[in-house]
Amino acid sequence: MIRHHLSDDLLMGHAAGTLPEAFGLIVATHVSLCDECRARLMTYEALGGAVLDTEAAALADDALERCMARIGGQEAQPRRVASATLPAPLLDYVGGDLSKVKWKTLGMGVRQAILPTSRRASARLLYIPAGQAVPDHGHRGRELTLVLQGAFRDETDRFGPGDVEIADQEMEHKPVAEAGVDCICLAATDAPLRFTDFLPRLMQPFFRI
Amino acid sequence: MEAHPPSGLFRPPAYVAAQGGMGALRVQDDWVRQMAAVKSGDRAAFAEVFRHFAPRVKGFLMKSGANAAQAEDCAQDVLATVWQKAGLYDPAKASVSTWIFTIARNRLIDMARRDRRPEPELLDQEPEPDQADVYETAQENLRLVAALEQLPEKQRQLIRRAYWGELTQSEIAAETGLPLGTIKSRIRLALDRLRLRLAEGSATTTTTPDFPKDKT
Repeated sequence: MIRHHLSDDLLMGHAAGTLPEAFGLIVATHVSLCDECRARLMTYEALGGAVLDTEAAALADDALERCMARIGGQEAQPRRVASATLPAPLLDYVGGDLSKVKWKTLGMGVRQAILPTSRRASARLLYIPAGQAVPDHGHRGRELTLVLQGAFRDETDRFGPGDVEIADQEMEHKPVAEAGVDCICLAATDAPLRFTDFLPRLMQPFFRI
Repeated sequence: MEAHPPSGLFRPPAYVAAQGGMGALRVQDDWVRQMAAVKSGDRAAFAEVFRHFAPRVKGFLMKSGANAAQAEDCAQDVLATVWQKAGLYDPAKASVSTWIFTIARNRLIDMARRDRRPEPELLDQEPEPDQADVYETAQENLRLVAALEQLPEKQRQLIRRAYWGELTQSEIAAETGLPLGTIKSRIRLALDRLRLRLAEGSATTTTTPDFPKDKT
């Protein structure tokens, strides 16, 4: 049961096609798991349709003919199939299933894999062993964390599979993975994280976290 | 070839007339019907769709930062895609404007080299859209168009600018002057129905469908 959903600005930005790619990946992945946010996204797309109706510009006289001349064969329609562990949008970025993730160790059993996105924001998969804490960190920008497996808790609440935590600038938090199942998250941020402990801050340039 | 068969795609209940929305609804109905004709290869129907939507796509692209020549070229391309992908248009999920908006948005992202937009997992497409859903989708679209029209000019302009890519994400998040509350009250209506339909959709895959055949 998903309890933490996407905010309206993220859904509107995704409908408008203006989000940083890493944030778009969070939105697309959550929507793949959440009918409610899919419905909200579709309605923001409908608002885009309403905006489309508000502005017109005249075309060249021969525009229709030139358009018809472009029409060639039918395009093939790619059809993506979800895997057991990763929703379809993530499969594209990982290049396969969870077994294909190229993890890098961060210490204390925590692993990450940075996904290829534009530089406006970064996206990575995080692997946190059950019961393990992620170092205390604050944010210079915005950080979105989507749980794919297991669960974590921080000062605000519990986040289980499909839940999204939206952490803004002011927030300092200490997420801890729940006991039981190891926690796997997709995290995206539009600024480098800053850790409040000395050592992890030193590590930042090396790990790009 | 029949020009426009008077098909009963929509069977609007009496209350629609009372809401005064029939004229606009008939227009929605027309575009859905035109798209059905385009799907079957009707070039005359496509020409009508083109004449209505190509200038709107061009206008949207120019507002989104394309110059006139790029926008002209890209609008022709978007409409060519409308012809080619007509078979994928599902009137139960989106109005024709909404569907064409999403194609234009995706082309704009490619053209302007904006950030790639990851697509959510696709929903299974019903072979034949449910006519009640088609009707409801058209209704909701009208409510959104009306909600947008009724906004004070300043707020309406902000919504438009968000879709033209003129607002930063933090500006949208701050919602300063953005009438998301007004829009959300309309969205809530759509959400209730869509959630129900999506829930039904997943239910029918796991249980035996049991549709009442008549209500007499």
